[in-house]
Amino acid sequence: MRAVRAVLATVLGVSLAATVAGCSATGGKRAEDARKAAAEGRSAVDTPRWTVAMVTHSGDGDTFWDIVQNGAKQAAVKDNINFLYAHSDEGQQQAQLVDSYIDKKVDGLIVTLAKPDAMKAAVARAVKAGIPVITVNSGSEQSKAFGALTHIGQDETIAGEAVGDELDQRGRKKALCVLHEQGNVGHEQRCGGVKKTFDGDLQNLYVDGTNMPDVQASIEAKLQTDRSIDAVVTLGAPFADAAAQAKKAAGSDAEIDTFDLNAKVAAGLKSGQLGFAVDQQPYLQGYEAVDLLWLYRYNADVLGGGRPVLTGPQIITEKDAAALAQFTERGTR
Amino acid sequence: MTATAPPVKDETPADERLLRTSPLQRLLGRPELGSVVGAVAVFVFFAIVADGFLRASSFGTVLYAASTIGIMAVPVALLMIGGEFDLSAGVMVTSAALISSMFSYQMTANVWAGVGVSLLVTLAFGVFNGVMLTRTKLPSFIITLGTFLMLTGLNLGLTKLISGTVSTKTIADMEGFASARALFASQFSVGGVDIKVTVLWWFGLVAVATWILLRTRFGNWIFAVGGGADAARAVGVPVRTTKIGLYMGVAFCAWVSGQHLLFSFDVVQSGEGVGNELIYIIAAVIGGCLITGGYGSAIGSAVGAFIFGMTSKGIVYAEWNPDWFKFFLGAMLLLATLLNHWVRKRAEATR
Repeated sequence: MRAVRAVLATVLGVSLAATVAGCSATGGKRAEDARKAAAEGRSAVDTPRWTVAMVTHSGDGDTFWDIVQNGAKQAAVKDNINFLYAHSDEGQQQAQLVDSYIDKKVDGLIVTLAKPDAMKAAVARAVKAGIPVITVNSGSEQSKAFGALTHIGQDETIAGEAVGDELDQRGRKKALCVLHEQGNVGHEQRCGGVKKTFDGDLQNLYVDGTNMPDVQASIEAKLQTDRSIDAVVTLGAPFADAAAQAKKAAGSDAEIDTFDLNAKVAAGLKSGQLGFAVDQQPYLQGYEAVDLLWLYRYNADVLGGGRPVLTGPQIITEKDAAALAQFTERGTR
Repeated sequence: MTATAPPVKDETPADERLLRTSPLQRLLGRPELGSVVGAVAVFVFFAIVADGFLRASSFGTVLYAASTIGIMAVPVALLMIGGEFDLSAGVMVTSAALISSMFSYQMTANVWAGVGVSLLVTLAFGVFNGVMLTRTKLPSFIITLGTFLMLTGLNLGLTKLISGTVSTKTIADMEGFASARALFASQFSVGGVDIKVTVLWWFGLVAVATWILLRTRFGNWIFAVGGGADAARAVGVPVRTTKIGLYMGVAFCAWVSGQHLLFSFDVVQSGEGVGNELIYIIAAVIGGCLITGGYGSAIGSAVGAFIFGMTSKGIVYAEWNPDWFKFFLGAMLLLATLLNHWVRKRAEATR
């Protein structure tokens, strides 16, 4: 016990000394504060304070859904809306969350239909209770049949097809599609879309998305096995960096391309480390959904004419990256 | 016919503890034997079926995959020998990485300051686990499950609260990053093969743990508390200190592992690490640790991690459908445990 205490005391002393002595002159919070101009939003309307709830199929700590939320919150501030958010990657639990918001008698619901069968009954209950529902992100096929007002999102297959076309234009012959969640329907659709339009050969690689070193080592192993792979497509922004490191380690000269965007991807595009990114503009999915519910409540407006409103795919290359960098850093692109 | 009585053998046995055992018997008694046999089998198997598995560069990749598991499998194995579990080990790695990154960033401090604070806080998690366990006498399963859930929530909640997003901001442009990266996430070349520095950390930790287990008093205590805590206490083994020390060992290695995570990717996703604790336990069990405690070795955990690395990457090299990966893993876990069991029974029978 005494040894334990001695170790703790030493470590405490050393790290405190290091903190006091060693400030970083570069980067960090100070740099961010210097960059950031405060822009707090105020509501732009005087409609009653309606409550809108969003229930997604996001896992814990997903960057993508964080951006969706940022968009929704910003629209909520502008529209004088009280915004609530919940998520579960289990279909049954997601449906239960929707039920609890129905019990709370919210004024509008935003849901994702990644697992349509699990969500069908819950959406029907909401519609029956007179709560307007908007679906976002996934579920463009089921949205209308389930009784939702509008669907806002990207068609995963169309997005995949855009990637296939882009790979063709870049003269790629053999591509690797890296799926970071086994059994995710949207992921399969994306890779399926790429396969549809890509003239070369496409292979799928499944990796464990919760374990970054493993993602890197798996891609590395694949690139070592098959030297003819000249393009790697990752399905989420955080995985593009792991792919880039795997490429370096394997000594491959494949091009790294990715779905979705974040600050690191924007920087990678700018430096030429990445080829292109396909953005489905998650900020827009959150923002538009809240805004449309406000419009519906206020003016009975509906958008899309019964068809999904597409927020993507938008192909982003080196040219656009510079302009987007500042938006990715504040977490809205 | 004169019956000559057969020469009577001296039947009074010497003290059985003083019996000489042949080197073969001693080898059979080693906890890691079963796993070594398994590792050789897995290696030969993939060498035959997977193109490119035997290439030198592939070896570097497999070693890297094994090392990231192995670094954590070492303290987890020691803990299991000591008769306890740690379900919080997986997310603790992520916590350690998040703390370093966010402390450095928010304080605009030298990266090394964050690394130091992270060591301190992570060790405190270990102390918390150990103290809670020894004070409450609840099973470690419950205590560390609680820690696991709390850390998962803290990782997400605090990261979101402090950074505003679910991943940390990049610290790659801050002072001290380059030297910290050299220590935790660099690589070097041996005969043309790129080896990650985590492999050195791993080997070093295995060596230290083996020395502790076999050559120090603390090592004896670990076996004693795992074999029977009450008996150990009765003969004067400080059970409480030993267990807290073991949990601190897990925390220390989680810190090392977390720093690697941070400095190789420089941005940390706060939701990572869930589920890895089971992988560490699997590696330790494949390596010959008994779930009931009191038996196992650090080298065995390394062999277990190596089997894990070979399988997960071998399936990629063999270009198999990865849908079956978890099935292979489960089958291997069962086989390894059965093999261990069988080898141990035989070793005890021939003694």
